[in-house]
Amino acid sequence: ADHAIPTQDRARPFKDQLAAAQVRRLIENVETFGLPYVPLEDDRHGIVHIIGPELGFTLPGATLVCGDSHTSTHGAFGALAFGIGSSECETVFATQCLRQAKQKTLRVKLTGTLGVGVAIKDIVLALIAEIGTAGGQGYAIEYCGPVVSALSMEARMTLCNMSIEAGARIGMIAPDETTFEYLSDKPLAPKGVLWDEAFAYWRTLQTDDDAVFDKSVEIDVSEIVPIVSWGTTPADSLPITGTIPDPNTEADAGQRARLSKSLDYMGLTPGDRIDRIKIDRVFIGSCTNSRIEDLRAAAAVLKGRKIAKGVSAMVVPGSASVRLRAEAEGLDKIFSAAGFEWRDAGCSMCVAMNLDRLKPGERCASTSNRNFEGRQGPGGRTHLMSPQMAAAAAIFGHLGDVRQLMERAYA
Amino acid sequence: MRKFETLVSIAAPYNESDVDTDAIFPARFLLLLNRAGLGKHLFNDLRTPPNAKDPFVLDRPDFKQAQILVVGERFGIGSSREHAVWAMSDVGIRCVIARSFGDIFRANCFKNGVLPIALDTAQHMRVLAAANRGKPLTVDLETKLIKLSAGSDIAFDVPDQQRRALMLGQDEIGAILDEDADTIAAFEAQQKQIMPWLSVSPEPLSSFYPTHPSKDAEP
Ligand code: SF4
Repeated sequence: ADHAIPTQDRARPFKDQLAAAQVRRLIENVETFGLPYVPLEDDRHGIVHIIGPELGFTLPGATLVCGDSHTSTHGAFGALAFGIGSSECETVFATQCLRQAKQKTLRVKLTGTLGVGVAIKDIVLALIAEIGTAGGQGYAIEYCGPVVSALSMEARMTLCNMSIEAGARIGMIAPDETTFEYLSDKPLAPKGVLWDEAFAYWRTLQTDDDAVFDKSVEIDVSEIVPIVSWGTTPADSLPITGTIPDPNTEADAGQRARLSKSLDYMGLTPGDRIDRIKIDRVFIGSCTNSRIEDLRAAAAVLKGRKIAKGVSAMVVPGSASVRLRAEAEGLDKIFSAAGFEWRDAGCSMCVAMNLDRLKPGERCASTSNRNFEGRQGPGGRTHLMSPQMAAAAAIFGHLGDVRQLMERAYA
Repeated sequence: MRKFETLVSIAAPYNESDVDTDAIFPARFLLLLNRAGLGKHLFNDLRTPPNAKDPFVLDRPDFKQAQILVVGERFGIGSSREHAVWAMSDVGIRCVIARSFGDIFRANCFKNGVLPIALDTAQHMRVLAAANRGKPLTVDLETKLIKLSAGSDIAFDVPDQQRRALMLGQDEIGAILDEDADTIAAFEAQQKQIMPWLSVSPEPLSSFYPTHPSKDAEP
């Protein structure tokens, strides 16, 4: 129900009748068939890809499917996790299995050091810009290298989450101490003797040193600066310091036509400075960037500041438990004081299937994962970026470089 | 799933290319709960009143009964929504003939008893011409042939497994249960032994069968 539910005013019946009917049907179904579930009133509810890991439902070595393409998120734990369609969900309920063709393998190795103000979201956007939205098609990705080993579980989830935006249904990371540490206190994770057995097995889930991949990509992240998307696919992404590209410099006619159409939809002109693009809305949320670390990063930028006049901004925690934790840390106060709306958990403005959506022509700095035409509402214009960059955009009133705010903060 | 037997029908011509699943079935109707009735929103934003000057093909009285749709290149690209196929079968379309298809759409067709056929340009033009003239086509899945009222038959390709499933009216669930049930049971028994932690124990799970307030509060 995460896609459809409202993120404010949850008085029943919901204003949105279709959403109300869908939630009612889901509850009927899980009760008829005796499936465990988390109701909307429960402090553990939220976006499926946020609560699976929070509950310890997502475990290394497990095979996990869900009727949503961002199921790749769970690969962060070394689970084989991918999104499936409606009929396939039915097949899984009925048979516990699916017929699948084996995927090819793609290794993405990240080396170097992340710069100040650079988030894992910037790395993902850089990767997609490099290999393209079809670069991972037919592949299962393994992310590895020193940068990945040093990442927190939450950052790893952001990385695996957007594998599908590179065309790959699966993106995974070998489990390590960070993974085990994260899992150790989760309610559904094994306990006692079972934990010991599981732990012994999980430790074997490392890729062999001499493993051969069908394809390999290596990225030195030291060079990467904060990135935003400017067009209508996640591969249309550039450093915030850049300018809007000119379709006429494209050699391929098809690509030229696509870029022109994209710029037309986005209302942008070649040569425009990206850090001057004015925005109307800011959305911090979605299964890509709505965990506690994301909210902390945004709040650190917003602390003691106010959002620009004319900008309307909201934060939608990915789960009720993220929301409660943020409130315990006082982050909600920082967001509210800056002028953000503080909402209840859900998919919200990541997908135009609930009451939160852009109006035609509105431009949004968003931490979500898709910038397709109409994704955030018919005619809406989406720029994808990290939580700290979305916070910076809210303050500037236009897309901008979060590092400027950080330098000022240090000075 | 309904068996796909030999299909004899007129064909509705809609020779457009790059028609994505959003055009076939717009996102705003994805929350509808019943597959029956989805056909109302098939090509929702392209539909016209039947007496319009230039009506959309499926709104023309002469093509209302068509069980075959003839389209252009890359039909059904974009989002994986199965609603695109459900909406088609809801209005009685059982076969889509194109130059080429989006991968997922094509796979979804087979899962829902709809036969997707890709033809080369020359044969596609012949089918399109027949469709435009309102002549019935015969699609014979057994022999993998399209028969027109005039001229030679047109052979088409369809993977054997999918062809058999369509002809038997057997969906994937049926096929798996028929062919693999024992293997699945054996695997599950073995997995319970070697990875007992994957079967979540009832105790932590019990808190997920809520005696919850939403039962009374109408959502
Ligand atoms: S937040 Fe967005 S991408 Fe994630 S599950 Fe919800 S709708 Fe899908």
